[in-house]
Amino acid sequence: MRRRSFIDVFFGGSLLATVAAFLYPVIRYVLPTKQTAATQKSVTAAKVGEIAPNAAKVFKFGSSPAVLVNTAEGKLLALSATCTHLTCTVRYEADSSTLFCPCHNGRFDLSGAVISGPPPSPLETYNVEVAGEDIIVSRKG
Amino acid sequence: MAKNIGRAIYRFLDERFLFSGLSAFAKKKTVPEHKHSFWYFFGGISLFLVGIQIATGILLLLYYTPSIDGAHESIQMIMSQVKFGWLIRSVHSWTANILIGILFIHMFSTFFLKAYRKPRELTWITGFLLLVLFMAFGFSGYLLPWNELSYFATRVGADIAGSVPIIGSWLKTLILGGPDVTQATLSRFFWFHVAVLPIAALAVIGIHILLVQTLGMSKPIGVKESKEIPFFPDFLYKDALGWTLILVLIGVVCVFLPWEVGKKADPFAPTPMGIKPEWYFTFMFTTLKLVPAHILFIEGELLVILGIMAGGLFWLLVPFLDRRAAREKRSPAFTWIGLFVAAYIVVLTVITYTVKKL
Amino acid sequence: MNKQNLALLVVLGCLGLPFAAFGQTNSCVACHGRLDAELKAPVDAFAQDVHGQFGLSCRDCHGGNPAADDADKAKDKTFKGAPKRARIPEFCGGCHADAAKMRSFNPSLRVDQLDQYWTSRHGRRLKAGDTKVAVCTDCHGVHGIQTAKFPKSSTFPWNIPQTCGRCHADKDLMAASKIPAGQLDDYKAGVHAAALFEKKDLSAPACNDCHGNHGAYPPEAGSVGGVCRQCHPSAGELFAKSPHKKAFDEIEAGECEACHGNHKITPPTNALIGTSEGAACVLCHEAGSKGYAAAADLRKLLDEFETRTAAAGALLDTAERKGVEVSEVKFKLQDVHTTLISAKNLTHGLAVDDIRKTIAEGEKALDEVNAAGEKALAEAKFRRRGLIVATICLALVALALALKVRRMGAKKA
Repeated sequence: MRRRSFIDVFFGGSLLATVAAFLYPVIRYVLPTKQTAATQKSVTAAKVGEIAPNAAKVFKFGSSPAVLVNTAEGKLLALSATCTHLTCTVRYEADSSTLFCPCHNGRFDLSGAVISGPPPSPLETYNVEVAGEDIIVSRKG
Repeated sequence: MAKNIGRAIYRFLDERFLFSGLSAFAKKKTVPEHKHSFWYFFGGISLFLVGIQIATGILLLLYYTPSIDGAHESIQMIMSQVKFGWLIRSVHSWTANILIGILFIHMFSTFFLKAYRKPRELTWITGFLLLVLFMAFGFSGYLLPWNELSYFATRVGADIAGSVPIIGSWLKTLILGGPDVTQATLSRFFWFHVAVLPIAALAVIGIHILLVQTLGMSKPIGVKESKEIPFFPDFLYKDALGWTLILVLIGVVCVFLPWEVGKKADPFAPTPMGIKPEWYFTFMFTTLKLVPAHILFIEGELLVILGIMAGGLFWLLVPFLDRRAAREKRSPAFTWIGLFVAAYIVVLTVITYTVKKL
Repeated sequence: MNKQNLALLVVLGCLGLPFAAFGQTNSCVACHGRLDAELKAPVDAFAQDVHGQFGLSCRDCHGGNPAADDADKAKDKTFKGAPKRARIPEFCGGCHADAAKMRSFNPSLRVDQLDQYWTSRHGRRLKAGDTKVAVCTDCHGVHGIQTAKFPKSSTFPWNIPQTCGRCHADKDLMAASKIPAGQLDDYKAGVHAAALFEKKDLSAPACNDCHGNHGAYPPEAGSVGGVCRQCHPSAGELFAKSPHKKAFDEIEAGECEACHGNHKITPPTNALIGTSEGAACVLCHEAGSKGYAAAADLRKLLDEFETRTAAAGALLDTAERKGVEVSEVKFKLQDVHTTLISAKNLTHGLAVDDIRKTIAEGEKALDEVNAAGEKALAEAKFRRRGLIVATICLALVALALALKVRRMGAKKA
């Protein structure tokens, strides 16, 4: 049996090190870790009873704010809260039951349509479902 | 000790798989060594890169979602939250481009060395088929992140397919799964990219490698040297050296230039200015843009498409058309044709990215 | 005449009808179209005119007989010709102030423009005999009039500053009326012009939104604030509750205008508050006064917050340049920007506690952003270190392979 030459040992060793260096990221990639939902198609916006009638809650939907409104009659509506004028965040105004943008006085009704002010287009509306205790908001279509 | 175990395992398998014929063949295999044999490495590099694509592709499959509501978000998650996701994805995207570049080099080097001549015509044909398959891989894969660039590049590409004469609109609907780029398209491209094309490519690669192994490496016409080195392990070690260097290149490029996530595709947004397909399609795309609307009475676009199809057919059949090379004679005519084609591709690709008003 | 001849006559007669129509030319257009420049201009322009689109033509405003070929016969009894400058408002008002008439063309159009005009400075001076003021045609054009909804119209929102500026930016013209002529330039240097011209935000105010349209009159100091409140209500409400309101009313300073200017409204940076040169506060508050100290305080608060926000942004940019995905964190930074704007707005109310509270919330969010940013930078470092490790391993493998290849070559030799 020939003595293994230095080169062979060197080769084998460096190859092993390289394989390990490549295997490490792959293994860490495959192992599951806790991460936030990949799809932003639907989000649990609030719990049942969390929002009083004629009040609203702003929550994160995808990468932008959205508003969940509980109307005075108890109906739940969800819309995008990004004003279509200059992207300020709108807020719910209880005494007029409208969504109001404090930046330049833009006003939307609860179907998202522009009532007054500079916004050029309506707010996007979302689907609302109640599943047990959770109020789930999802994109339409 | 390790060597004893290794030998015992080999003996066990050999008694059952009957390797001996294969290993005798392998030991006898040689590769010519001469001043042009550097180009022999590009086939092996291509295979290595395909291997990387298969491995990273399978890993990406673990976290990717092929739906228009989740595709972009899943890529975002892979890039920012999955451990080493940024690396796997960047390797996959970068290697795709490097692979197609290497394939072009491999194709042109075999062309200029006239490796396509008898008896290697089928190697050339399967090789050209592989180039087409990998460009299809690139086209289908590009849509999967569902970002702005991919959405519009796919639209542009499908529109061009739609202008093929007679079967154009049928072809476009077949490609898109409908009249426009929708969920149907994404599902269809995903199906192509992870099932249909891999099976087809593996089959054709199998044939291609079988032919290369059976016929050995082609020696360029007029090369007198008869020096040969054994394939196993000498040539393979040299191959591996190339692979190692390519890995370093890929690593550096992925750490310093990770692939971008981009903006999520919005079908209602207007087409961004200067939208173009991936670089390896740009020579055809720019030709279409530069050609005047009408030449004599024929529509310019139609002429280009027919020209490209005719050119492709010519290129495919070169082994049968180059009679001189088949007789082992120098054929400068085809060398000039090859130079023209290569120059054309390079010049038009460069024009696409340098000339502002196209 | 037998039956055949009668039939032929009828046929020829019918064939002749189109030629009869041909004969019904609009002689105004036909004649003026053959003249040059000044007299031809109306014909050229009228092709685009909105009145023409409603089926109106020369005769409907100027009278005359368009069927007559002869120039004198065309200018018959009903011919009014071009009205004198001082009579133009009434000329246009002949239709546009008549609700019944306008109803048949566009029932939703207002019919009070003439009334408004008479209340405007232009209208009043015209009545007093000064014809060097704007009349309808100066803003709307003469024969190529387009509606204000049409982007090329002289009355479309982003064309209005230019239209008003034709006179109001002319130093010589304005000198006669003793009015400054720098308003257009000032406006163009301000935020509203940037919004209107660059962002193409049609809701941004042009001259008419603040001064009035047909009833244009420079607003008094007391009413400027009311005009601004139309779009900036929260600033107005805060101001009304602040100690400044009473003080401004006492010295009769223009709300909003005293600090922000009227035409040259520059972006309200932190420099507007405080005690440095160019700040609005020191226009009234002298050094050593309570107001002066408060101004300095506020400025410090806002400056610090803004600097920290910018630093956080730079941190994220560095991480992004190094290849790390930070878009989620950038989203959080946007929240901080909103807080900053909210805090700046609160300065109108001068309630320092509220401002401090808002800034404190922002600082909390900033802390999160900075933590995420540092994590991103650490990730970038980790990647570079990993690359070095992998490259060293690969380099060693490459070296080993090279040695093996060399050894094989030597063996063969």
